[in-house]
Amino acid sequence: MPCTGRVDVIHILRALEDGADGVYVAGCLEGECHFQTGNLKAKKRVQYVKGLLRDLGIEPERVEMYNMSASQGGRFAEVAREMVDRIKKLGPSPLRGD
Amino acid sequence: MKSGSNLEKILTTGQFAVTSECGPPKGTSAQVIKRKGEILKSCCDALNITDNQTAIVRMSSLSGCVLLREMNLEPVMQMVVRDRNRIAIQSDILGAVALGVRNLLCLSGDHQKFGNHPQAKGVYDIDSIQLIQTVKRMRDEKKFMNGEDISGDVPLYIGAAANPFADPFEFRVRRLAKKVKAGVDFIQTQGIFDVEKFSRWMAMVRDEGLDQKVHILAGVIPIKSVGMARYMARNVAGISVPGEIVARMEAAKDAKEEGVKIAVEIIEQVKEIEGVHGAHIMAVAWEDIVPRIVQEAGLLPRPIV
Amino acid sequence: MIVAEQKPFAEIMEMLEGFQKILVLGCGTCVTVCFAGGAKEVEILSSLIRMDRKKKGQAVEIVERTLVRQCDPEYLQELSDSVGQFDAVLSMACGVGVNFLADKFSQAIVLPALNTRFMGVAEEHGVWSERCAGCGDCILDLTGGLCPVARCSKGLFNGPCGGSVHGKCEISRDVDCVWHLIYDRLKGLNRLDRLDEILPIKDWSVSPHGGPRKIVREDLKV
Repeated sequence: MPCTGRVDVIHILRALEDGADGVYVAGCLEGECHFQTGNLKAKKRVQYVKGLLRDLGIEPERVEMYNMSASQGGRFAEVAREMVDRIKKLGPSPLRGD
Repeated sequence: MKSGSNLEKILTTGQFAVTSECGPPKGTSAQVIKRKGEILKSCCDALNITDNQTAIVRMSSLSGCVLLREMNLEPVMQMVVRDRNRIAIQSDILGAVALGVRNLLCLSGDHQKFGNHPQAKGVYDIDSIQLIQTVKRMRDEKKFMNGEDISGDVPLYIGAAANPFADPFEFRVRRLAKKVKAGVDFIQTQGIFDVEKFSRWMAMVRDEGLDQKVHILAGVIPIKSVGMARYMARNVAGISVPGEIVARMEAAKDAKEEGVKIAVEIIEQVKEIEGVHGAHIMAVAWEDIVPRIVQEAGLLPRPIV
Repeated sequence: MIVAEQKPFAEIMEMLEGFQKILVLGCGTCVTVCFAGGAKEVEILSSLIRMDRKKKGQAVEIVERTLVRQCDPEYLQELSDSVGQFDAVLSMACGVGVNFLADKFSQAIVLPALNTRFMGVAEEHGVWSERCAGCGDCILDLTGGLCPVARCSKGLFNGPCGGSVHGKCEISRDVDCVWHLIYDRLKGLNRLDRLDEILPIKDWSVSPHGGPRKIVREDLKV
């Protein structure tokens, strides 16, 4: 998608429903959104989803928002590692049903 | 005479009146009211019994008034519109008169959210000004709200509250004028600590000629502690406590003594303001101190009319 | 418009206990505009219900659908053939829609996903507040267009009361004192004299207090 502002709550929920152990949304650095406030909307939606997960009794840390610029390859890798480590610690999603 | 009450007699003969109030118990003990009545009987012309004040459930005002009547004391019944509809209101008024009540204070009532039953349904079928109109009609025309005749007289001296410190300031006098238009006979104001602001309000009252139409009793709340001073300054809607008063309480070696001193000073000052016809002393949970305050303010003995 | 809010998720799941085939039915009008029960919210809630049941190892089959409105018989009619196959219908409409579904489909178990709050406005995106109490006898010509029945905590007709401080209601600093607003507005319009009149005692018999209300227009009936 052109901007994380287009990430909707339902997209994140569907990913989890389909068995994803974690979902992270990577948006532009705050103040540098090409579409002005897209990344801020995404941030609020990620917070909202965390709240929904709490209602479900699922760890809210499975979903996260990160900010980076398109040129920050190193940061991208770092975030990916961080998220993988976090999810490994949390274990598979309770929705796996295996 | 509209009601023949002691309070009416004192005010209409141009004497400075003194009233106070009794908070009924959160229980069934008649003794609580009787004890307070005993303490206050010689220093007040009439005694208010509050009506589920702050929306906290207590023994009803009407029953407290009856207990005072049994002691031959003069009660001022308080009635808030928060808790009863027009049917119960008119019904209670008939009963109150039958049981010897001759003074009625018409109030809106603190919102139920403040009390100990915040989930209660607030009634507010009519407002306090409409209540004043209703009582006046019952008394002077002997008619119920719906125009039907009432059998018997309804001799009640009608009171209301006024708050010189609420907003909008300029509107407060207009609202008092509305209460006068509705038929109010006497006013008890909210507790005064900022005498300067109060006298500005009284000047506006006099400008409208309202002091000629209604008797105003200045509210005085004796402060018991620094905590109480700070609490009122910060948390009570519609009470204005100037910094100097809080400072005096903070600096005082004996808080209660300072509180008594301040109360007496306020009474002495408001007594000098033209249009103020009495003092209404609200000693919350400190009724014992009222006789001393009345004495030190030079208001004893109370006139017998 | 009617403004509503979704019930806490735990409450909804408790209502749905034991039901396997569920119709989650959204409404395309008021509750869409206040983001409580439109098509999007239907999707989200359905996803959450499936996830909750999956987590508990319980089966569920959800059909997601949104009607234009749930307060007109023409739209509810669209459900007549299918409603019988569901164990329960979780309506995401306001209380009006829930009631109407129950009126029309006597065999269906109809459950409310929302708490209907008030008739009000969208002050800005994401903020709604109450404006009208549906009292049945509008006096807004006398109060500068601002309603004391809906917006005064005590419903005073001759306010403000003594608890109005700095333009705020005694119940909370977040609540404006509408009588202060009425005063300012009438002052600005040079119509302050309206407040010198004592507003008469209200006839509550035309409000919800008088019993459930109904309007019949013979000139419109077919």
